Amino acid sequence: MTSHAPSKPAAVKDGPSTKLPDETLKKWLYDMQLIREFEARTMQAYQQAKIGGFCHIYSGQEACAVGTINSVEHHDPVVLAYRDHGHALARGMDPRACMAEMFGKVTGCAKGKGGSMHMFDKPNNLFGGHGIVGAQTPLGAGLAFAARYEWEVLETGPKKVALCYLGDGAIDQGAFHEALNLAALFSLPVIYIIENNGYSMGTAIERHSANPHNLVSRALGYDMKSLEVDGLSILNLYDHFKPLADECREMQKPAFVDLKTYRYQGHSMSDPQKYRSKDEVEQFKDRDSIANLLDHLMNERSCMSEDDWKAMQKKIKGIVREAVEYAEQAPEPDASELSTDVYANPQPNLSPTEDYRHGARNPLL
Amino acid sequence: MTTLDTPPMIETPIHPAVGEWTLPEFVSEDQLPSREGDRVIQYREALREAMSEEMRKDKRVFLIGEEVAEYNGAYKISQGMLDEFGPKRIIDSPISENGFAGACIGAAMAGLRPIVEFMSWSFSLVAADPILNNAPKMLYMSGGQWGCPIVFRGNDGAGGQLGSTHSWCVEGLYANVPGMKMAIPSNPYDAKGLLKTAICDPDPVFFLESERMLGDKAHVPDEEYYIPFGRARRVIEGDACTLVSFGRPVNFCVEAAEALAGEGINVEVLDMRTIRPLDIDSIIESVKKTNRVLVVDQSWPFAGISSEVITQITEHAFDWLDAPPARVNTRDVPTPYAKHLEYDYLPNPERIAEGVRRVMA
Ligand SMILES: Cc1ncc(C[n+]2csc(CCOP(=O)(O)OP(=O)(O)O)c2C)c(N)n1
Ligand SMILES: [Mg+2]
Repeated sequence: MTSHAPSKPAAVKDGPSTKLPDETLKKWLYDMQLIREFEARTMQAYQQAKIGGFCHIYSGQEACAVGTINSVEHHDPVVLAYRDHGHALARGMDPRACMAEMFGKVTGCAKGKGGSMHMFDKPNNLFGGHGIVGAQTPLGAGLAFAARYEWEVLETGPKKVALCYLGDGAIDQGAFHEALNLAALFSLPVIYIIENNGYSMGTAIERHSANPHNLVSRALGYDMKSLEVDGLSILNLYDHFKPLADECREMQKPAFVDLKTYRYQGHSMSDPQKYRSKDEVEQFKDRDSIANLLDHLMNERSCMSEDDWKAMQKKIKGIVREAVEYAEQAPEPDASELSTDVYANPQPNLSPTEDYRHGARNPLL
Repeated sequence: MTTLDTPPMIETPIHPAVGEWTLPEFVSEDQLPSREGDRVIQYREALREAMSEEMRKDKRVFLIGEEVAEYNGAYKISQGMLDEFGPKRIIDSPISENGFAGACIGAAMAGLRPIVEFMSWSFSLVAADPILNNAPKMLYMSGGQWGCPIVFRGNDGAGGQLGSTHSWCVEGLYANVPGMKMAIPSNPYDAKGLLKTAICDPDPVFFLESERMLGDKAHVPDEEYYIPFGRARRVIEGDACTLVSFGRPVNFCVEAAEALAGEGINVEVLDMRTIRPLDIDSIIESVKKTNRVLVVDQSWPFAGISSEVITQITEHAFDWLDAPPARVNTRDVPTPYAKHLEYDYLPNPERIAEGVRRVMA
């Protein structure tokens, strides 16, 4: 049983979300529903063995990606763990490229060389999903270092803030603590976003981390600004996160966010979920982030009707269906792709067996 | 096939993954500035000159590592660089190899050109995940979208009675990974020319120095020069047996060659200079002349560089061999502390000469 007892999100009075136009919130709803639908079809395709490897479903956590990514600029770098489809879509990746990647097709975002856990999208400044738990956390510090260096030393860039996502399990990794120390020591503009879904695979947070209900204590240890916030209500999340992101950008310093969220599906597609009860899952579904925002748009802002919602769902269904069809029909990588993209500057005699060549960019990106 | 005197073809494309980059123009070995002269500097100074020259040219290049700035370098390699380039580009890092190596990979992806100094490659083991799992694979995993133009450099090999934990020769372990390049210079002249090339190269370069060579002195010319990767240097010409080596043991090969010459055995000594790429063409050319080969490798024998070199020799020149290819490695045990045990553990001139006599018998 995980820690997060359901509680009403504490709303900020007149938070920045109240000033956003209806259209913006509708776009968030659209993005969250797109992820939900996309993941449903991903599971289907996985069960049909069209997707291989490890595959981690994001359903339930949509507000985290959509709320945080929409709090920053498109040029701000983003780096992720392996549960990455949702962030990729929220960042603007073409759903066809995302699905095709999982199908191992050449029109996938990484030409079928990365797979579900390794989504890279340069035009959208998405510096990859990363399969090794915690590995992305030093990278996040480095992206922030580069951004600061561009602004301060090269004088070629604006002030940026990097977003680095990780799960609650990753806070136990040494790399994460090294990254926090570096970020604080060097004053790097990076926000470590813990998507705290209460479980590291089958191990509840009480069983995998000391002081499990006070994750921000990690940040305090490094004298880093921190925030604990309910990640199931996107408006609440935005109201807290947006000012923090602005501050990190302006002051060029790091922050740490414990986003309390929940995943509806198993850890990966092969998880029998013996470690939690159906009741627990249902409790969280009662506080579903999509239903939550929909309710706000329909009943508080009164800017959406039941019909609008149906139309939006229909449109999304079509787009995701098309992504699956596209992925299915897309060509597999040519056998010659095996030896491309190994070196940016291939030279003779780099390998006793391979003849390396430059790769070609994915036409979709 | 390339030979000792013709450099491998190196294209200079604009790769979408690494942004703006130009490779230096390489010249053939005989067109490089002379190795003879009286501008005699230490190996460590040669490294410093290489970094400083490239940092003056390209503001994206910065140096980070433990004690590199205010302490002026644990081994005084970066002495004075803080004064010239300031604390934004010469950066003292905490003892956090996993963290700062990983962070620099992120910075390299985002367009900078980090030089990461490991006080010793032995300490890079705690950064194995970023340097082996991220840097060399980023370009591939991202389908060609992001490369990793970075140099990792530091002391490799036994430093002198430092015992098992501090005496790693990582080449045997690390060169296994595709996506990386590895240079291992044996003298100040090559150290400078190779490091300048490493900094310009858009791929992750593992640059292996040696604490025991940092004080070695040689003439290093005033003129700017770059040494291409994948081109061996013939240090001594001979016809009896080919000695293939790289890094510090090249110097022991030269000592052994001098002793053997007294016995009438004239060996040829090849300094590989880089392991990935490996100038197998020059090895084969030499073996076809001498018909005998001894590989001298300061890492362990099992599944290491010597194994690889000998495999490639047998693949390409089996019929040219008059004796089984042989090797001298560090002995296949953890590094001992006691002075005479450590000496015997490492490739040394006596063990190398002995190895040659075995091949000649
Ligand atoms: C270094 C490392 N150890 C183990 C694994 C296997 N593994 C993958 S995800 C995971 C659980 C991580 O949980 P968390 O960080 O909370 O992220 P979540 O899956 O909940 O999003 C484990 C043990 C791994 N990928 N990398
Ligand atoms: Mg988790």
